[in-house]
Amino acid sequence: MTPEELHKIAETELEAKQKVGHTLCVCMAAGCVSTHADKVKESLEQQIEKHGLKETCKVKGVGCMGLCMAGPLVAVEQTGALYQMVTPQDAEEIVKNLGKPPVKRIECDTTQPFFMRQKKIVLENSGIVDPERIEEYVAAKGYEALLEALTSMHAAEVVEQVSKSGLRGRGGAGFPTGLKWGTVAKARGDRKFVICNGDEGDPGAFMDRSVLESDPHRVLEGMAIAGYAVGASQGYIYVRAEYPLAVKRLKDAIKQAERLGLLGHNIFGTTFSFNIEVRLGAGAFVCGEETALIASVEGKRGQPRPRPPFPAERGLWDCPTLINNVETFANIPPIIRNGGEWFAGIGTEKGKGTKVFALAGAVTNTGLIEVPMGISLREIIFEIGGGIPNGKKFKAVQTGGPSGGCIPEQFLDMPVDYDSLAKVGSIMGSGGMIVMDETSCMVDVAKFFMEFCMTESCGKCVPCRVGTKQMHELLSKITTGKATTDDLAMLEELCDVVKNTSLCGLGMTAPNPVVSTLRYFKDEYMAHIHDRRCPAGVCKIGKEQLATV
Amino acid sequence: MVMNLARPAMPSDDKRWKIVNATMRRHGYSHHSLIEALHTVQEIFGYLDEIALKFVAKSLRVPLSKVYGVATFYNFFTLKPQGEHTCVVCMGTACYIKGAPLILDAIEQIAKIKPGETTPDRKLSVISARCFGSCGLAPAVVFDGEVAAKVTPAVATEKIRRWLNP
Repeated sequence: MTPEELHKIAETELEAKQKVGHTLCVCMAAGCVSTHADKVKESLEQQIEKHGLKETCKVKGVGCMGLCMAGPLVAVEQTGALYQMVTPQDAEEIVKNLGKPPVKRIECDTTQPFFMRQKKIVLENSGIVDPERIEEYVAAKGYEALLEALTSMHAAEVVEQVSKSGLRGRGGAGFPTGLKWGTVAKARGDRKFVICNGDEGDPGAFMDRSVLESDPHRVLEGMAIAGYAVGASQGYIYVRAEYPLAVKRLKDAIKQAERLGLLGHNIFGTTFSFNIEVRLGAGAFVCGEETALIASVEGKRGQPRPRPPFPAERGLWDCPTLINNVETFANIPPIIRNGGEWFAGIGTEKGKGTKVFALAGAVTNTGLIEVPMGISLREIIFEIGGGIPNGKKFKAVQTGGPSGGCIPEQFLDMPVDYDSLAKVGSIMGSGGMIVMDETSCMVDVAKFFMEFCMTESCGKCVPCRVGTKQMHELLSKITTGKATTDDLAMLEELCDVVKNTSLCGLGMTAPNPVVSTLRYFKDEYMAHIHDRRCPAGVCKIGKEQLATV
Repeated sequence: MVMNLARPAMPSDDKRWKIVNATMRRHGYSHHSLIEALHTVQEIFGYLDEIALKFVAKSLRVPLSKVYGVATFYNFFTLKPQGEHTCVVCMGTACYIKGAPLILDAIEQIAKIKPGETTPDRKLSVISARCFGSCGLAPAVVFDGEVAAKVTPAVATEKIRRWLNP
């Protein structure tokens, strides 16, 4: 592959596009597929054939368009019209109305805040390009950043641009990406590795899944650039086995890139070679922790080990290893294309760029969103999310999954970035955002997360293995109305012990949901303990206990 | 030092073992490929039995204890055969607060089994999953590989009743 050949592919693709009058884009991400988007696509193809429009109209599958609750979604590329909750029976009407005003009955308003308030960098191709065709990605400036990095930048310059951008790790902890890359680049070793962490284990989070399903090449390109910057020639993508569609699209994407010489030996005629392999996770939350993930890639039980040494110095097979999250890698190509300063101009002082969130729970518009850092929670939930359905009242928003916390109404106007979320006792996390209304019991939610951490604890260190179990028992006592204030004191003490003495991030953050709910919703705990009742009516506090009070 | 490089014979004439062998060969029979090999076994046989674990252990020269350790560490692997039908209820946060526990309760009432169990007649296995990442469709349930969105306890019981008494 030469630079000219790459440009040729883009040109041919764009020319072919010009010839098509109407392109119907059907969302083929997991959310829409499970509401039978594949049948809609088939039906649209049949209708186009039936109406003799085969020459001028095209149907293509694209990635996630974001508004998962209204799926299956179909967009008309040329006019920007969007249809929601499309059934195979609607296909004829859609095809007949091509070139005319859209069908009102199933039209989705694209001027609503859900679409207007977003800013897309990571998801810029998502819902637009066909994830199964590399040519479309190339036509959307794909692999141009890799070309630029390899042919006109030194490895150190690439690291410098990433540092300048102020990008921080999107996996949750928010470690500065440039600093990590610099450390691995400087580390001594004959062999180095790049690993992409796609083990999205947080319940209620599906950002990485959508990125991998909608724009897999973006992640591959980011990894190849990282490989060049740190001096690695082998990369691994660790993906959950629970995401079969993402795995399939990634494997296909790797094959396509290899075929075109965008991965493999001597990319763009340079001395740089880079290969990527997919490794399947097998359902262990702890494997999101980097040292556990490395153990799993090595084919072992995914148990973490103490750090230091950090993976940047001794990682996979004891070689210096760069581990970044899917979304972090997806941010790299635009940073290289547009320069670090461009990226640093978006967001807040300490949180640059955008963040993808999976918005779910008690909110009208559930789906995938990308917003600039610094936007307020109120804007996300009430404008983009469309507020709380069924006339219910907002109670809390949970960010960061089992490692995060519940944020009450008083902090809704706070800007969203790493530091402000940490200040109120939650974390940014990988981007799961679950909205809860008055029908959720906060003690029950804390118990839910503790049950999760207890089951997912790998069992290596005592504070986490035993502590989460004890905390879960105490929470169960509270939710069944059998607890006393002594139990609550014990729970608080355990939170402290587990947080400070656990080996890895799982244990250290496991008490967070309890700590944050105790901080903001202590009255609910008290109602369970003193009055033996659940204010939200979720917990089953038996009559026999009431009788003994 | 002369190393004995002979690989163990396939446990039976079943052609599917060749697929397992192919996976291990692709990774050069390296012990790093243990998880990949187990994935292949589970994908084609549905579960990991003792014969399979022993075969993989011998082929990759990994102690059986380690193979067993890995197979039981990860939730995705199962050592028991699954029922004819499977029903996977998502218990991710979004599904949980939208009523997934009620679905499990309803299923337990009709099928008389808890998550992780299979009915004695091997007709149905019920599994509770961590999160499918289909949070926009909460609560979500996968019936025999097909994701169903916004499931109610009534819909789930109806589906299972038809499976149990066709």
